[in-house]
Amino acid sequence: MEFKITRQVLSGMVAHSREVAPCEACGYLAERNGLVEQMFRLTNVDQAPDHFSMDPAEQFSAIREMRDQGLRLRAVYHSHPETPARPSPEDIRHAIDPHISYLIISLLTCKRPVRSFRIQQGVLKEETMVIS
Amino acid sequence: MEIRLNGESRFIDQVTKMSVAGLLEMEQVASPEMVAVQLNGEIVDRGTYHNTMIVDRNEVDFLYFMAGG
Repeated sequence: MEFKITRQVLSGMVAHSREVAPCEACGYLAERNGLVEQMFRLTNVDQAPDHFSMDPAEQFSAIREMRDQGLRLRAVYHSHPETPARPSPEDIRHAIDPHISYLIISLLTCKRPVRSFRIQQGVLKEETMVIS
Repeated sequence: MEIRLNGESRFIDQVTKMSVAGLLEMEQVASPEMVAVQLNGEIVDRGTYHNTMIVDRNEVDFLYFMAGG
């Protein structure tokens, strides 16, 4: 499976992650015609370096904005300031929605700092990221 | 009744009202305990999903709480 994303959004997620470090960043990614072209920064209400929770009120606002712009929710992203870009057991446990992808941005110096996964009933499938 | 569900019009036959919990069940939402619901723009307390009623022309939105580590 492929995950298509613009370079601008990819850079935006990394910038957001660096900005709020050492806390985890989180947000939504929205697509049009199969290409992720917009990010929605959301507040990590936990303000923690190893955990995130989105603010439901912000989630609803972002989804409405997507609808108004003809966009569709494609993925959730969050950062791992101090660990690699792979889902933690907690990430897997909370990944309820099988229709979206889960992106993780690692701030460690590593080969693949941004990775995308589908998670269904605890089973991970990594997606190939296509940057345009 | 006719409601607006996640931005789209939805006609629910032979029903004049339905609880939030009933709607999530009808929609076959997996893990409803992980779902946040807005009714007419107000977030519904999770503990009241069985008692909060949806009626004709209401606007309902739901989504999954997102969290992780």
